Amino acid sequence: MTTTIRHHISDRLLMAYAAGTLPEAFNLVLATHLSLCDDCRARLGAYEALGGQVLERSDMAMAEGGLAACMARIEGLAPVARPQPRPARGVFPAPLAEYVGGGPDKVKWRPLGMGVRQAILPTSRGATARLLYIPAGQAVPDHGHRGTELTLVLQGAFADSTDRFGRGDLEIADEDLEHTPIAEAGEDCICLAATDAPLRFNALIPRLLQPVFRI
Amino acid sequence: MMFDTSHAQNMDAPPIRRPYAARARVKCQAEKVTAEAGEDWTAHLLAVRDRQDRVAFAALFQHFAPRVKGFLVKSGTSPALAEECAQDVMATLWQKAQLFDPERASVATWVFTIARNRRIDMARRAARPEPEDLPWGPEAEPDQHAALELAQETALLGDALARLPQAQRALIEKAFYGDLSHSEISEQTGLPMGTVKSRIRLALDKLRQSFEGARG
Repeated sequence: MTTTIRHHISDRLLMAYAAGTLPEAFNLVLATHLSLCDDCRARLGAYEALGGQVLERSDMAMAEGGLAACMARIEGLAPVARPQPRPARGVFPAPLAEYVGGGPDKVKWRPLGMGVRQAILPTSRGATARLLYIPAGQAVPDHGHRGTELTLVLQGAFADSTDRFGRGDLEIADEDLEHTPIAEAGEDCICLAATDAPLRFNALIPRLLQPVFRI
Repeated sequence: MMFDTSHAQNMDAPPIRRPYAARARVKCQAEKVTAEAGEDWTAHLLAVRDRQDRVAFAALFQHFAPRVKGFLVKSGTSPALAEECAQDVMATLWQKAQLFDPERASVATWVFTIARNRRIDMARRAARPEPEDLPWGPEAEPDQHAALELAQETALLGDALARLPQAQRALIEKAFYGDLSHSEISEQTGLPMGTVKSRIRLALDKLRQSFEGARG
């Protein structure tokens, strides 16, 4: 499953994720991709190693008695054991399943028209995360972006002017991309998407509906 | 477009700055000392993990607590709060010692991830969804050689960081202290990170194989 992923996290985003400076909605999309992709997981490990080396260079003297105070904290702590193996995963990897409370059947979908459905996930300000359900063969309204939009495919596949994206593939779109993703025939497509700015629809009607649907 | 289809190539490429690589060979002796010190922290943490060794923990505290404090202060935390958080991070290190896997992270890397998560909690910036961990298979044979190599490669990475031109190093430090947005972070670090990546990838493959072997 992991070998078929062709579209990965960019170095820029992966370093920001390792540094822990991204908004929650982006963290959720990237953590979900990382759950499916050993290659990005290994690259993340390299960026975290870099963070470790930055930390090594950040020496600043501690006050007296720090160790004793730390040992006092430890007395009250129960050790954390190794996690047990998790059951085989479904469509949603663990980080996403925790937000939704389960799989696709637990999502509170709202219709967007033409069979397309979405659900906004609760995340902190700064970026928005949402799940999209696109019936096989159906297009998502033509749109551009002001900021960065991340789209991760969890089921089925979609194609736009740039390429084809299947399960685990991550599309990173910035404001230069105007695209009309179309779900592939066959299986209905489920995506997890995050934006750090509202989408820019090219047709009037979706633009008017934008405040209503918070997209 | 921010597509990055070339990352694998970039990450595995030999160090771009050849003069550094050449100097690195000259400084081989010094690096060996650093790498051995890295391996030493691994042994200390394993002693804490396996027998709650307080002497080993004290040595880890003396080395890493001031670095966690400095890291948090440079990230904008007040010195008093950073002091308290450094104690907290080190207590977490003790508490979570069972989760430490020396084939996947050096001690410095692991301390960094705990400090980073603590900083995120403090800033209440955002909850941090974590990737699913690989399922634990049967107890894998501890591969000391692989763990040592990862520690050495991580130390070499630190050495390369120290050799970067000051301006470039400052950018990387700012990225980790949280002074740069993700769009300001540059794609290229100019550092030999591919070797560390390959080493971690091997450890992940081994873990997955051992799990799948146990299941099938």
